[in-house]
Amino acid sequence: MDDLIEFAPLVLSGLWVTVSLSLTSLGLAVLFGFAGVSLKLSKARWLRALGTGYTTLIRGIPDLVLMLLFYFGGQIALNQIGQMTGLWDFVEINQFVAGSLTIGFIFGAYMTETFRGAYLALPNGQLDAARALGLRGILTLRLVVLPQLVPLALPSFTNNWLVLLKTTALVSIIGLQDIVYNANQAGRSTQQPFIFLFLAFFVYLGLTFLSQLLLNWLRRRYTRHEGLAHGS
Amino acid sequence: MDLSLVADNWTLFAEGVWTTLWLVTLSLILGGLMAIPLAVVQAFRVPVLGQLAAGYSYAIRGTPVLIQVYLLYYGLAQFEAVRTSVFWPLLRDAQTCALIGFALNSAAYTGEILRGAIAAIPRGLHEAAAALGLSRWMAIRLVVLPLAIRRSLPAYSNEVIFMIHASVIASTITVVDILGAGRQLNSTYYVVYEGFLTAAVLYMALVLLVTLAFRMLEIRFLDAFTAGAQREKAAT
Repeated sequence: MDDLIEFAPLVLSGLWVTVSLSLTSLGLAVLFGFAGVSLKLSKARWLRALGTGYTTLIRGIPDLVLMLLFYFGGQIALNQIGQMTGLWDFVEINQFVAGSLTIGFIFGAYMTETFRGAYLALPNGQLDAARALGLRGILTLRLVVLPQLVPLALPSFTNNWLVLLKTTALVSIIGLQDIVYNANQAGRSTQQPFIFLFLAFFVYLGLTFLSQLLLNWLRRRYTRHEGLAHGS
Repeated sequence: MDLSLVADNWTLFAEGVWTTLWLVTLSLILGGLMAIPLAVVQAFRVPVLGQLAAGYSYAIRGTPVLIQVYLLYYGLAQFEAVRTSVFWPLLRDAQTCALIGFALNSAAYTGEILRGAIAAIPRGLHEAAAALGLSRWMAIRLVVLPLAIRRSLPAYSNEVIFMIHASVIASTITVVDILGAGRQLNSTYYVVYEGFLTAAVLYMALVLLVTLAFRMLEIRFLDAFTAGAQREKAAT
């Protein structure tokens, strides 16, 4: 029990890393998702093929394989490019950058499907109406499509976020000092690995629970008028 | 990228593929068997057992597989009682710990899919089963489960792929699965791409095969549902 009190601050200091990494990855995932959905809904066939290639690749390769490839492989590739072009000397990829880029890239593919599903669920009439009003391109997107996309995409978005949150545990393997890494350290120092891993287990459970509360509240806010709109 | 290195070590990767295959398959079978009671007690709101199953499912689905496997492999060894028990030879072994962890994990996810499928079965079917004089248990076994399992098939294919993805966690506790083989190759020859890229290609092939297999299974077992819809379409 004394060990728990002594080492709990160390484990919980990893919470900040886990949360900031998750949010950074989420931001990147949304960006990759927008890029992916633009590819998939594009009129050019080769762009659509590129989009399909992206989502198929992510579905086929486990997250940890990609993360190790990005972290160790990216390091070597960057230095080789630096050596060839003479633009930079030795660079070291930061684990936070490698981790958030990998997780962002992976969940960008899932976000692509989320956004695509929501876009396709949008009634055709909405786009026709926008055109009839003389809106075009970016204005249609900003004023008509995006505001309606949010409630449509939210359930799947919530699901992606919950999976993303759990995926961040993998960064402990490339040495980033998140909750899991610190729990392992504390477990080793005290020879009580179960206690500290169990603490990490409960922290994740708490994060999942809080996320669900927040996102359910958002969903209710966005679908408040849904009943009215459908009724009219 | 030195492909001859991969070719020279093909037995290492063959071992990795074999380990991943049996780990995933056994985890899915054991997880699937546990999923049935988990789903049934939840869907039929059995007092106490239903709540326990829901709590288990929530805790497993709300936490990373990595921590679950660590808890089994590193965590349990903390306790003297575990180390002196008859299960110790099993729990000391990384492969067994990975298998138990994955099976417990798959049980929760598969249970959730099944629970949804059972809940989606129309009331009339339960009433029809009761009208035929089937007991509750007979109705579940003969009517509800066969239908729910068939309807779970599309969602279950995702669970299988998720399990393949999750199985790489085994390599973090020293198991030589596909990723473990890649990591071993890399550390032996001080290379990076050879091991990880070979692993990536092998996983990709595995996922493609599973996707194709499920597409065929869906045609075989879900035809009854889609054929009805097609007949209606043809009639109009």
